[in-house]
Amino acid sequence: MNGGVVVVGASAGGLSALEILLTELGANFPAPVIVTKHLASGDEEGLCKVLSKSSPLTVNIACDKQKVTGNHVYLAPGGYHLQIEDKETLSLSIDEQVCHSRPSVDVLFQSAADVFGTQMVGILLTGANKDGAEGIKAVKEAGGATIVQNPETAEVPIMPKSAIATGCVDHVLDLSDIAICLKAMSFNLGPK
Amino acid sequence: MTESRDTDQDFELKLLLLAVQEKYGYQFGNYARASLMRRVRRHMQISGVQHISDLIPLFLHDEPAFAAFVKDMSVVVTEMFRDPEFFKSLRENIIPLLKTYPFIKVWHAGCASGQEAYSMAILLDEEGLLDRCQIYATDFNDQALRHARTGIYPEEDMALYEENYRLAGGKTELSKYCHRGYDSVKFNGRLAEHITFANHNLVTDGVFGEMNLILCRNVLIYFNQDLQDRVLQLLFDSLCSRGVLCIGKRENILFSAIDDHLEVTDRNQRIYRKTS
Ligand SMILES: C[S@@+](CC[C@H](N)C(=O)[O-])C[C@H]1O[C@@H](n2cnc3c(N)ncnc32)[C@H](O)[C@@H]1O
Repeated sequence: MNGGVVVVGASAGGLSALEILLTELGANFPAPVIVTKHLASGDEEGLCKVLSKSSPLTVNIACDKQKVTGNHVYLAPGGYHLQIEDKETLSLSIDEQVCHSRPSVDVLFQSAADVFGTQMVGILLTGANKDGAEGIKAVKEAGGATIVQNPETAEVPIMPKSAIATGCVDHVLDLSDIAICLKAMSFNLGPK
Repeated sequence: MTESRDTDQDFELKLLLLAVQEKYGYQFGNYARASLMRRVRRHMQISGVQHISDLIPLFLHDEPAFAAFVKDMSVVVTEMFRDPEFFKSLRENIIPLLKTYPFIKVWHAGCASGQEAYSMAILLDEEGLLDRCQIYATDFNDQALRHARTGIYPEEDMALYEENYRLAGGKTELSKYCHRGYDSVKFNGRLAEHITFANHNLVTDGVFGEMNLILCRNVLIYFNQDLQDRVLQLLFDSLCSRGVLCIGKRENILFSAIDDHLEVTDRNQRIYRKTS
Protein backbone atom coordinates (compact mmCIF):
# COMPACT_ATOMS: atom_id res chain seq x y z
CA MET A 1 0.00 0.00 0.00
CA ASN A 2 1.23 3.40 -0.87
CA GLY A 3 -1.39 5.57 0.81
CA GLY A 4 -1.94 6.85 4.29
CA VAL A 5 -3.56 5.71 7.46
CA VAL A 6 -6.20 6.73 10.00
CA VAL A 7 -5.52 6.06 13.69
CA VAL A 8 -8.29 6.28 16.26
CA GLY A 9 -8.11 6.36 20.06
CA ALA A 10 -10.96 5.95 22.55
CA SER A 11 -11.65 4.89 26.10
CA ALA A 12 -14.79 5.10 28.28
CA GLY A 13 -17.86 5.47 26.04
CA GLY A 14 -15.82 4.41 23.05
CA LEU A 15 -17.91 1.45 21.99
CA SER A 16 -20.93 3.42 20.78
CA ALA A 17 -18.75 6.26 19.46
CA LEU A 18 -16.78 3.76 17.36
CA GLU A 19 -19.97 2.09 16.18
CA ILE A 20 -21.26 5.40 14.85
CA LEU A 21 -17.97 6.53 13.33
CA LEU A 22 -17.15 3.22 11.62
CA THR A 23 -20.68 2.89 10.28
CA GLU A 24 -20.74 6.38 8.83
CA LEU A 25 -17.40 5.96 7.09
CA GLY A 26 -19.14 3.64 4.61
CA ALA A 27 -17.90 0.58 2.78
CA ASN A 28 -15.51 2.35 0.44
CA PHE A 29 -13.23 4.12 2.86
CA PRO A 30 -9.86 3.65 1.13
CA ALA A 31 -7.36 3.81 4.00
CA PRO A 32 -6.80 1.29 6.78
CA VAL A 33 -8.28 2.40 10.11
CA ILE A 34 -6.24 1.37 13.16
CA VAL A 35 -8.07 1.58 16.48
CA THR A 36 -6.87 1.53 20.07
CA LYS A 37 -9.70 1.45 22.56
CA HIS A 38 -8.84 0.82 26.19
CA LEU A 39 -10.03 -2.64 27.19
CA ALA A 40 -9.15 -5.58 29.37
CA SER A 41 -7.43 -8.65 27.99
CA GLY A 42 -10.01 -10.81 26.19
CA ASP A 43 -12.64 -8.09 25.74
CA GLU A 44 -11.48 -7.40 22.19
CA GLU A 45 -13.51 -10.35 20.87
CA GLY A 46 -16.77 -8.76 21.97
CA LEU A 47 -15.80 -5.34 20.63
CA CYS A 48 -14.86 -6.88 17.30
CA LYS A 49 -18.22 -8.67 17.05
CA VAL A 50 -20.25 -5.55 17.75
CA LEU A 51 -18.29 -3.38 15.32
CA SER A 52 -18.31 -6.04 12.60
CA LYS A 53 -22.07 -6.17 12.79
CA SER A 54 -22.59 -2.41 12.49
CA SER A 55 -19.77 -1.32 10.18
CA PRO A 56 -19.65 -2.08 6.46
CA LEU A 57 -15.85 -2.18 6.73
CA THR A 58 -14.07 -5.47 7.57
CA VAL A 59 -13.15 -5.40 11.26
CA ASN A 60 -10.25 -7.52 12.59
CA ILE A 61 -8.37 -7.96 15.84
CA ALA A 62 -4.77 -7.03 15.06
CA CYS A 63 -2.05 -9.71 15.06
CA ASP A 64 1.69 -9.18 15.28
CA LYS A 65 3.33 -8.35 11.88
CA GLN A 66 -0.05 -8.32 10.18
CA LYS A 67 -0.24 -6.53 6.83
CA VAL A 68 -2.84 -3.76 6.53
CA THR A 69 -5.10 -2.81 3.62
CA GLY A 70 -7.79 -0.23 2.88
CA ASN A 71 -11.46 -0.90 3.73
CA HIS A 72 -10.28 -2.70 6.85
CA VAL A 73 -10.36 -1.82 10.53
CA TYR A 74 -7.75 -3.24 12.95
CA LEU A 75 -8.42 -3.31 16.71
CA ALA A 76 -5.77 -3.43 19.45
CA PRO A 77 -6.12 -6.64 21.53
CA GLY A 78 -6.38 -6.18 25.32
CA GLY A 79 -3.08 -6.50 27.16
CA TYR A 80 -0.95 -5.47 24.14
CA HIS A 81 0.16 -2.14 22.72
CA LEU A 82 -0.63 -1.88 19.01
CA GLN A 83 1.99 -0.11 16.89
CA ILE A 84 2.67 0.74 13.26
CA GLU A 85 5.84 -1.04 12.27
CA ASP A 86 6.17 0.24 8.69
CA LYS A 87 3.77 1.45 5.98
CA GLU A 88 2.31 -2.01 5.47
CA THR A 89 2.72 -3.71 8.82
CA LEU A 90 1.38 -3.64 12.37
CA SER A 91 3.22 -4.91 15.44
CA LEU A 92 2.35 -5.65 19.07
CA SER A 93 4.28 -5.22 22.29
CA ILE A 94 3.67 -5.84 25.97
CA ASP A 95 5.83 -3.01 27.22
CA GLU A 96 4.79 -1.37 30.48
CA GLN A 97 1.48 0.45 30.58
CA VAL A 98 1.26 4.05 29.42
CA CYS A 99 -1.29 6.25 31.25
CA HIS A 100 -2.33 3.08 33.14
CA SER A 101 -3.29 1.45 29.87
CA ARG A 102 -2.12 -1.32 27.60
CA PRO A 103 -3.14 -0.87 24.82
CA SER A 104 -2.26 2.82 24.90
CA VAL A 105 -3.36 5.43 22.38
CA ASP A 106 -0.11 7.42 22.80
CA VAL A 107 1.93 4.37 21.77
CA LEU A 108 -0.17 3.82 18.63
CA PHE A 109 -0.14 7.49 17.61
CA GLN A 110 3.59 7.98 18.20
CA SER A 111 4.48 4.93 16.14
CA ALA A 112 2.12 6.07 13.36
CA ALA A 113 3.60 9.57 13.34
CA ASP A 114 7.05 8.03 12.98
CA VAL A 115 6.08 6.00 9.93
CA PHE A 116 3.42 8.07 8.13
CA GLY A 117 4.28 11.70 8.93
CA THR A 118 2.00 13.91 6.81
CA GLN A 119 0.11 10.95 5.34
CA MET A 120 -2.13 10.36 8.32
CA VAL A 121 -5.04 11.49 10.44
CA GLY A 122 -5.18 11.01 14.22
CA ILE A 123 -8.63 10.97 15.84
CA LEU A 124 -9.34 11.00 19.54
CA LEU A 125 -12.81 10.18 20.88
CA THR A 126 -14.54 9.98 24.26
CA GLY A 127 -12.64 8.82 27.38
CA ALA A 128 -11.88 9.39 31.05
CA ASN A 129 -8.10 9.38 30.74
CA LYS A 130 -5.46 11.69 29.27
CA ASP A 131 -3.94 8.93 27.12
CA GLY A 132 -3.77 10.18 23.52
CA ALA A 133 -2.82 13.80 24.27
CA GLU A 134 0.91 13.11 23.79
CA GLY A 135 0.02 11.05 20.73
CA ILE A 136 -1.94 13.92 19.17
CA LYS A 137 1.09 16.14 19.74
CA ALA A 138 3.36 13.63 17.99
CA VAL A 139 1.00 13.39 15.00
CA LYS A 140 0.85 17.17 14.68
CA GLU A 141 4.61 17.58 14.97
CA ALA A 142 5.13 15.00 12.22
CA GLY A 143 2.78 16.96 9.94
CA GLY A 144 -0.34 14.78 10.19
CA ALA A 145 -3.91 16.02 10.67
CA THR A 146 -5.59 15.84 14.09
CA ILE A 147 -9.29 15.64 14.92
CA VAL A 148 -10.88 15.41 18.35
CA GLN A 149 -14.47 14.63 19.29
CA ASN A 150 -16.38 17.64 20.63
CA PRO A 151 -16.11 17.33 24.44
CA GLU A 152 -19.61 18.83 24.76
CA THR A 153 -21.15 15.87 22.95
CA ALA A 154 -18.63 13.17 23.93
CA GLU A 155 -19.90 10.67 26.52
CA VAL A 156 -16.84 11.38 28.71
CA PRO A 157 -15.02 14.65 27.90
CA ILE A 158 -11.64 14.17 29.67
CA MET A 159 -9.78 12.52 26.80
CA PRO A 160 -10.78 15.05 24.13
CA LYS A 161 -10.22 17.95 26.52
CA SER A 162 -6.70 16.83 27.42
CA ALA A 163 -5.87 16.62 23.73
CA ILE A 164 -7.30 20.06 22.99
CA ALA A 165 -5.20 21.50 25.84
CA THR A 166 -2.01 20.58 23.93
CA GLY A 167 -2.88 23.16 21.27
CA CYS A 168 -2.17 20.55 18.59
CA VAL A 169 -5.74 19.82 17.46
CA ASP A 170 -6.84 20.90 13.96
CA HIS A 171 -10.58 20.17 14.24
CA VAL A 172 -13.03 19.69 17.12
CA LEU A 173 -16.14 17.99 15.73
CA ASP A 174 -19.24 15.92 16.55
CA LEU A 175 -19.05 12.25 15.56
CA SER A 176 -20.98 12.46 12.31
CA ASP A 177 -18.91 15.45 11.21
CA ILE A 178 -15.73 13.52 11.92
CA ALA A 179 -16.89 10.89 9.42
CA ILE A 180 -17.60 13.54 6.77
CA CYS A 181 -14.28 15.25 7.40
CA LEU A 182 -12.44 11.93 7.10
CA LYS A 183 -14.16 11.08 3.85
CA ALA A 184 -13.12 14.47 2.46
CA MET A 185 -9.53 13.88 3.54
CA SER A 186 -9.55 10.29 2.30
CA PHE A 187 -8.77 11.42 -1.24
CA ASN A 188 -5.27 12.08 0.05
CA LEU A 189 -5.07 8.88 2.06
CA GLY A 190 -6.06 6.11 -0.35
CA PRO A 191 -3.57 4.02 -2.34
CA LYS A 192 -1.82 6.03 -5.04
CA MET B 1 11.64 17.89 5.39
CA THR B 2 9.87 14.86 6.88
CA GLU B 3 11.54 12.63 4.30
CA SER B 4 15.06 13.65 5.24
CA ARG B 5 14.27 13.41 8.94
CA ASP B 6 13.20 9.79 8.41
CA THR B 7 16.31 8.80 6.51
CA ASP B 8 18.60 10.48 9.03
CA GLN B 9 16.82 8.59 11.77
CA ASP B 10 17.28 5.25 10.02
CA PHE B 11 20.91 6.01 9.35
CA GLU B 12 21.63 7.04 12.94
CA LEU B 13 19.81 4.02 14.34
CA LYS B 14 21.89 1.70 12.15
CA LEU B 15 25.12 3.29 13.35
CA LEU B 16 24.06 3.07 16.98
CA LEU B 17 23.20 -0.62 16.74
CA LEU B 18 26.42 -1.33 14.88
CA ALA B 19 28.46 0.36 17.62
CA VAL B 20 26.60 -1.61 20.29
CA GLN B 21 27.20 -4.87 18.45
CA GLU B 22 30.92 -4.18 17.90
CA LYS B 23 31.56 -3.25 21.50
CA TYR B 24 29.18 -5.49 23.47
CA GLY B 25 28.13 -8.25 21.06
CA TYR B 26 24.40 -7.61 21.42
CA GLN B 27 22.56 -7.85 18.10
CA PHE B 28 19.50 -5.63 18.14
CA GLY B 29 19.53 -4.88 14.39
CA ASN B 30 16.62 -7.21 13.68
CA TYR B 31 14.45 -6.24 16.63
CA ALA B 32 11.04 -4.86 15.63
CA ARG B 33 11.47 -1.23 14.79
CA ALA B 34 8.53 0.44 16.54
CA SER B 35 9.38 -1.00 19.97
CA LEU B 36 13.08 -0.39 19.43
CA MET B 37 12.44 3.26 18.56
CA ARG B 38 10.35 3.73 21.71
CA ARG B 39 13.28 2.54 23.81
CA VAL B 40 15.84 4.62 21.95
CA ARG B 41 13.64 7.70 22.35
CA ARG B 42 13.24 7.08 26.06
CA HIS B 43 17.02 6.85 26.49
CA MET B 44 17.48 10.05 24.50
CA GLN B 45 15.06 11.69 26.92
CA ILE B 46 16.73 10.25 30.03
CA SER B 47 20.13 11.37 28.81
CA GLY B 48 18.87 14.71 27.55
CA VAL B 49 20.32 14.31 24.05
CA GLN B 50 18.80 15.49 20.80
CA HIS B 51 19.94 12.98 18.18
CA ILE B 52 20.00 9.19 18.12
CA SER B 53 23.67 9.36 17.19
CA ASP B 54 24.38 11.25 20.44
CA LEU B 55 23.74 7.95 22.20
CA ILE B 56 26.75 6.35 20.48
CA PRO B 57 29.50 7.92 22.63
CA LEU B 58 27.28 7.53 25.68
CA PHE B 59 26.71 3.79 25.22
CA LEU B 60 30.37 3.21 24.28
CA HIS B 61 31.91 4.97 27.26
CA ASP B 62 29.28 4.75 29.98
CA GLU B 63 28.68 1.04 30.63
CA PRO B 64 25.95 1.58 33.25
CA ALA B 65 24.02 3.69 30.73
CA PHE B 66 24.30 0.87 28.21
CA ALA B 67 23.36 -1.73 30.83
CA ALA B 68 20.21 0.28 31.53
CA PHE B 69 19.42 0.21 27.81
CA VAL B 70 19.86 -3.58 27.60
CA LYS B 71 17.66 -4.01 30.62
CA ASP B 72 15.06 -1.88 28.88
CA MET B 73 15.30 -4.03 25.74
CA SER B 74 14.12 -6.97 27.78
CA VAL B 75 10.49 -6.55 28.70
CA VAL B 76 9.80 -8.72 31.72
CA VAL B 77 6.04 -8.36 31.79
CA THR B 78 4.45 -11.73 32.57
CA GLU B 79 1.85 -13.54 34.73
CA MET B 80 1.05 -16.94 36.18
CA PHE B 81 -1.29 -18.75 33.75
CA ARG B 82 -1.32 -15.78 31.36
CA ASP B 83 -4.10 -16.40 28.80
CA PRO B 84 -5.88 -19.04 30.90
CA GLU B 85 -7.67 -20.55 27.87
CA PHE B 86 -4.24 -21.42 26.48
CA PHE B 87 -3.38 -23.46 29.57
CA LYS B 88 -6.82 -25.02 29.47
CA SER B 89 -6.25 -26.11 25.90
CA LEU B 90 -2.82 -27.51 26.85
CA ARG B 91 -4.49 -29.52 29.59
CA GLU B 92 -7.15 -30.88 27.27
CA ASN B 93 -5.23 -31.38 24.04
CA ILE B 94 -1.56 -31.84 24.86
CA ILE B 95 -1.38 -33.48 28.31
CA PRO B 96 -2.93 -36.77 27.06
CA LEU B 97 -0.18 -36.88 24.46
CA LEU B 98 2.57 -36.16 27.00
CA LYS B 99 1.23 -38.98 29.18
CA THR B 100 2.34 -41.45 26.51
CA TYR B 101 6.02 -40.48 26.93
CA PRO B 102 8.33 -42.05 29.54
CA PHE B 103 10.19 -38.76 30.00
CA ILE B 104 9.17 -35.23 29.01
CA LYS B 105 11.35 -32.25 28.18
CA VAL B 106 9.79 -28.78 28.10
CA TRP B 107 11.47 -25.52 27.01
CA HIS B 108 10.24 -22.05 27.89
CA ALA B 109 12.14 -19.70 25.57
CA GLY B 110 11.95 -16.13 26.92
CA CYS B 111 10.73 -17.11 30.38
CA ALA B 112 11.18 -13.63 31.91
CA SER B 113 10.77 -13.78 35.72
CA GLY B 114 9.60 -17.40 35.57
CA GLN B 115 5.84 -17.35 36.20
CA GLU B 116 5.09 -19.26 33.00
CA ALA B 117 7.50 -22.06 33.97
CA TYR B 118 6.01 -22.38 37.48
CA SER B 119 2.53 -22.46 35.93
CA MET B 120 3.64 -25.33 33.71
CA ALA B 121 5.15 -27.21 36.67
CA ILE B 122 1.83 -26.89 38.54
CA LEU B 123 -0.15 -28.10 35.54
CA LEU B 124 2.18 -31.08 35.08
CA ASP B 125 2.00 -31.85 38.79
CA GLU B 126 -1.79 -31.93 38.75
CA GLU B 127 -1.69 -34.31 35.80
CA GLY B 128 0.76 -36.63 37.62
CA LEU B 129 3.58 -35.88 35.19
CA LEU B 130 5.94 -33.63 37.11
CA ASP B 131 8.17 -36.44 38.34
CA ARG B 132 9.09 -37.46 34.81
CA CYS B 133 9.56 -33.90 33.54
CA GLN B 134 12.50 -31.62 33.03
CA ILE B 135 11.62 -28.00 32.33
CA TYR B 136 14.24 -25.69 30.78
CA ALA B 137 13.41 -22.03 31.21
CA THR B 138 15.71 -19.61 29.40
CA ASP B 139 16.06 -15.89 28.83
CA PHE B 140 18.88 -13.52 27.89
CA ASN B 141 18.23 -11.32 30.90
CA ASP B 142 20.28 -12.52 33.89
CA GLN B 143 18.46 -10.30 36.33
CA ALA B 144 15.11 -11.81 35.31
CA LEU B 145 16.61 -15.30 35.65
CA ARG B 146 17.85 -14.53 39.17
CA HIS B 147 14.34 -13.43 40.08
CA ALA B 148 12.87 -16.54 38.45
CA ARG B 149 15.10 -18.83 40.52
CA THR B 150 13.76 -17.36 43.77
CA GLY B 151 10.14 -18.15 42.85
CA ILE B 152 9.07 -15.14 44.92
CA TYR B 153 6.34 -12.85 43.62
CA PRO B 154 4.40 -9.92 45.09
CA GLU B 155 1.38 -10.83 47.18
CA GLU B 156 -0.64 -8.16 45.37
CA ASP B 157 -0.42 -10.14 42.10
CA MET B 158 -1.92 -13.27 43.65
CA ALA B 159 -5.57 -12.32 43.08
CA LEU B 160 -4.98 -12.15 39.33
CA TYR B 161 -2.91 -15.35 39.39
CA GLU B 162 -5.63 -17.21 41.35
CA GLU B 163 -8.27 -16.06 38.87
CA ASN B 164 -6.14 -17.11 35.89
CA TYR B 165 -5.47 -20.48 37.52
CA ARG B 166 -9.17 -21.07 38.06
CA LEU B 167 -10.03 -20.12 34.46
CA ALA B 168 -7.23 -22.40 33.27
CA GLY B 169 -9.01 -25.37 34.84
CA GLY B 170 -6.87 -25.53 38.00
CA LYS B 171 -7.79 -28.43 40.26
CA THR B 172 -7.34 -26.90 43.72
CA GLU B 173 -6.18 -23.48 44.80
CA LEU B 174 -3.03 -21.78 43.70
CA SER B 175 -2.16 -20.88 47.29
CA LYS B 176 -1.59 -24.63 47.89
CA TYR B 177 1.59 -24.29 45.85
CA CYS B 178 3.17 -21.42 47.75
CA HIS B 179 3.99 -20.04 51.17
CA ARG B 180 2.74 -16.62 52.05
CA GLY B 181 5.25 -14.13 53.43
CA TYR B 182 4.57 -10.62 54.64
CA ASP B 183 3.99 -9.01 51.26
CA SER B 184 5.13 -11.76 48.92
CA VAL B 185 4.57 -15.41 48.12
CA LYS B 186 7.18 -18.08 47.42
CA PHE B 187 6.38 -21.04 45.21
CA ASN B 188 7.27 -24.52 46.53
CA GLY B 189 10.82 -25.71 46.07
CA ARG B 190 9.34 -29.00 44.86
CA LEU B 191 8.25 -27.23 41.65
CA ALA B 192 11.63 -25.52 41.20
CA GLU B 193 13.43 -28.88 41.47
CA HIS B 194 12.12 -29.73 38.04
CA ILE B 195 13.00 -26.39 36.44
CA THR B 196 16.44 -25.38 35.16
CA PHE B 197 16.79 -21.63 34.61
CA ALA B 198 19.60 -20.73 32.20
CA ASN B 199 20.83 -17.90 30.03
CA HIS B 200 20.12 -18.43 26.33
CA ASN B 201 19.98 -15.74 23.68
CA LEU B 202 17.57 -16.70 20.90
CA VAL B 203 19.40 -14.44 18.45
CA THR B 204 22.92 -15.75 18.95
CA ASP B 205 22.68 -19.18 20.65
CA GLY B 206 21.64 -22.47 19.10
CA VAL B 207 19.82 -25.74 19.72
CA PHE B 208 20.65 -27.37 23.09
CA GLY B 209 18.37 -30.39 23.18
CA GLU B 210 15.37 -32.21 21.72
CA MET B 211 12.17 -31.03 23.36
CA ASN B 212 8.71 -32.58 23.51
CA LEU B 213 7.07 -29.22 24.17
CA ILE B 214 8.31 -25.69 23.50
CA LEU B 215 6.64 -22.47 24.62
CA CYS B 216 7.89 -19.20 23.15
CA ARG B 217 5.14 -16.72 23.93
CA ASN B 218 5.27 -12.96 23.54
CA VAL B 219 8.93 -12.93 22.59
CA LEU B 220 8.64 -13.05 18.79
CA ILE B 221 6.69 -9.77 18.85
CA TYR B 222 9.97 -8.00 19.66
CA PHE B 223 11.63 -9.31 16.48
CA ASN B 224 11.20 -8.25 12.86
CA GLN B 225 9.99 -10.75 10.26
CA ASP B 226 13.50 -11.95 9.30
CA LEU B 227 14.52 -12.59 12.86
CA GLN B 228 11.16 -14.22 13.64
CA ASP B 229 11.78 -16.66 10.79
CA ARG B 230 15.24 -17.49 12.08
CA VAL B 231 14.11 -17.97 15.67
CA LEU B 232 11.11 -20.06 14.60
CA GLN B 233 13.50 -22.28 12.66
CA LEU B 234 15.64 -22.67 15.80
CA LEU B 235 12.58 -23.62 17.85
CA PHE B 236 11.46 -26.05 15.15
CA ASP B 237 14.91 -27.69 15.03
CA SER B 238 14.74 -28.10 18.82
CA LEU B 239 11.52 -30.17 18.66
CA CYS B 240 11.56 -33.95 18.76
CA SER B 241 9.58 -35.84 16.17
CA ARG B 242 5.87 -34.89 16.58
CA GLY B 243 6.86 -32.29 19.22
CA VAL B 244 4.54 -29.43 20.21
CA LEU B 245 5.22 -25.70 19.65
CA CYS B 246 3.25 -22.89 21.31
CA ILE B 247 3.56 -19.18 20.53
CA GLY B 248 1.77 -16.10 21.87
CA LYS B 249 -1.93 -15.65 21.30
CA ARG B 250 -1.47 -12.74 18.86
CA GLU B 251 1.69 -14.01 17.15
CA ASN B 252 1.88 -15.74 13.77
CA ILE B 253 3.72 -18.59 12.10
CA LEU B 254 1.71 -18.10 8.94
CA PHE B 255 4.41 -16.10 7.19
CA SER B 256 7.23 -18.42 8.17
CA ALA B 257 8.79 -21.29 6.24
CA ILE B 258 8.17 -23.80 9.04
CA ASP B 259 4.40 -23.32 8.64
CA ASP B 260 4.36 -26.15 6.06
CA HIS B 261 5.85 -28.58 8.56
CA LEU B 262 3.44 -27.92 11.39
CA GLU B 263 -0.13 -29.04 11.88
CA VAL B 264 -2.61 -27.03 13.89
CA THR B 265 -3.81 -28.40 17.23
CA ASP B 266 -5.56 -25.22 18.39
CA ARG B 267 -5.45 -22.24 16.05
CA ASN B 268 -6.90 -19.72 18.50
CA GLN B 269 -4.43 -20.64 21.23
CA ARG B 270 -1.52 -21.01 18.75
CA ILE B 271 -0.67 -24.64 19.55
CA TYR B 272 1.06 -26.59 16.76
CA ARG B 273 2.64 -30.01 16.21
CA LYS B 274 5.54 -31.04 14.06
CA THR B 275 4.17 -33.18 11.24
CA SER B 276 7.02 -35.71 11.29
C1 LIG C 1 7.19 -10.23 27.54
S1 LIG C 1 8.27 -11.44 28.13
C2 LIG C 1 7.37 -12.93 27.86
C3 LIG C 1 7.30 -13.80 29.10
C4 LIG C 1 6.44 -15.05 29.00
N1 LIG C 1 6.88 -15.94 27.95
C5 LIG C 1 4.99 -14.68 28.85
O1 LIG C 1 4.44 -14.79 27.75
O2 LIG C 1 4.38 -14.28 29.82
C6 LIG C 1 9.52 -11.40 26.87
C7 LIG C 1 10.85 -11.99 27.29
O3 LIG C 1 11.63 -12.25 26.13
C8 LIG C 1 12.96 -12.07 26.46
N2 LIG C 1 13.80 -11.89 25.27
C9 LIG C 1 13.83 -10.84 24.41
N3 LIG C 1 14.79 -11.02 23.48
C10 LIG C 1 15.38 -12.23 23.76
C11 LIG C 1 16.43 -12.96 23.18
N4 LIG C 1 17.10 -12.49 22.12
N5 LIG C 1 16.77 -14.16 23.72
C12 LIG C 1 16.11 -14.65 24.81
N6 LIG C 1 15.11 -13.99 25.41
C13 LIG C 1 14.76 -12.78 24.90
C14 LIG C 1 12.94 -10.86 27.36
O4 LIG C 1 14.11 -10.78 28.16
C15 LIG C 1 11.67 -11.06 28.17
O5 LIG C 1 11.94 -11.65 29.40
